[in-house]
Amino acid sequence: MATFKLEIVTVERLSFSDNVNVLVAPGVNGQLGILPNHAPLMTMLEPGELIIKKGSEETYWAITGGFLEVRPDKVIILADACELATEIDVSRAEEAKRRAEERLKQKSSGIDVTRAETALRRSLIRLKIAEKHR
Amino acid sequence: MISPRVLRRRIKSIQSTAKITKAMEMIATAKMRRTQEQALAGRPYSEKINQVISDLSAASSVNGIIHPLLEKRAVKKVAVIHITTDRGLCGGLNANMNRMTSTFILKQGIPVTLITVGRNGRDFMTRCECNVRAEFTGISDKPILFDTLPISQVIIDDYTKGVYDVVYIAYPRFVSTMIQRPTIQPLIPVKPTIFQPSQTLEYIYEPDTYYVLGQLLPRFVQMEVYHAILESIASEQSARMIAMRNATDNANDFVKNLTVTLNKARQEMITTELLDITAGAEALVK
Repeated sequence: MATFKLEIVTVERLSFSDNVNVLVAPGVNGQLGILPNHAPLMTMLEPGELIIKKGSEETYWAITGGFLEVRPDKVIILADACELATEIDVSRAEEAKRRAEERLKQKSSGIDVTRAETALRRSLIRLKIAEKHR
Repeated sequence: MISPRVLRRRIKSIQSTAKITKAMEMIATAKMRRTQEQALAGRPYSEKINQVISDLSAASSVNGIIHPLLEKRAVKKVAVIHITTDRGLCGGLNANMNRMTSTFILKQGIPVTLITVGRNGRDFMTRCECNVRAEFTGISDKPILFDTLPISQVIIDDYTKGVYDVVYIAYPRFVSTMIQRPTIQPLIPVKPTIFQPSQTLEYIYEPDTYYVLGQLLPRFVQMEVYHAILESIASEQSARMIAMRNATDNANDFVKNLTVTLNKARQEMITTELLDITAGAEALVK
């Protein structure tokens, strides 16, 4: 089966680099399936779930947004934060969710609300994916 | 002649100072290694984002719309992000930073707004009665991108509103453990690096170029600010390591000299005592 090189880069580190068969990513215009020899593409990613297929093995990742770039030689994901479903720290995500909800209840100035909303969305995605693949 | 008792007390106090500086040196060494690794780990991300922006900005200027963060304006007001450390005891690092930024401000001849990061720079700039728009202190030794977002948010908002026309970032660049060079460079408007035409590709952009560019540019600025802060932390730790090593060496030299003086004083005391005794004994004999 044909493969392509996939790299997931976050600001803090290179979190994934391997040859894979299929990538499914949450694009802004809906789910995107990337197979080998895809045309060059550049898109934004929504917070959601990444599915990586390699041979018969499937791995699931939680991504909190970023960019996806398909190049002829490889596919690169610039992620804000990205972690394996099995490695998600559930208690931390729950804590973050609780904090974001509290902040939303207080309803202070505009910028804080947007930030709390994104934080809430992130923690929800993490929790959902952790729950799904426990 | 200082009495041996006073000398002993001084030796003891200097020895304990040396112990403290030695410990600080070791802490700084450990932290330095970690921050250096962290600064290097972010490099693939920033290289990537740089390349994509240069591709995109070439494409977007064709459409005739320029993103606010790329737009060059006549410079009437300048802003500087001044990055220093929260804590002292790191040699001339902060003094060099403050000197460089203040020279830069004096050269401008137009109003300069400051955004300070770190306690040291803030104190200096407020003392000089500079116009400080915002100040950030208490950033941890191992910040994540999220910790630095408020800083980039302030400048992006202000630049978009036209509060200033150009933003510079000043930070101690980490060259090597021995050398930290104060650096000041333009941050906004973003200047895309030009790549060879062979490297650029015809991309499909989803949803469209302008949208993607609009999302990428703020992230680029955030990255740059984050990176500058990482460099500053690496510089701080290595400067502190060197400063503390010098302090420990000095203290040990001091102890050595004082011990010699102490021994001399002790011997002299014994000699005088002996002289006294023999003189007394001779007097008795006579």
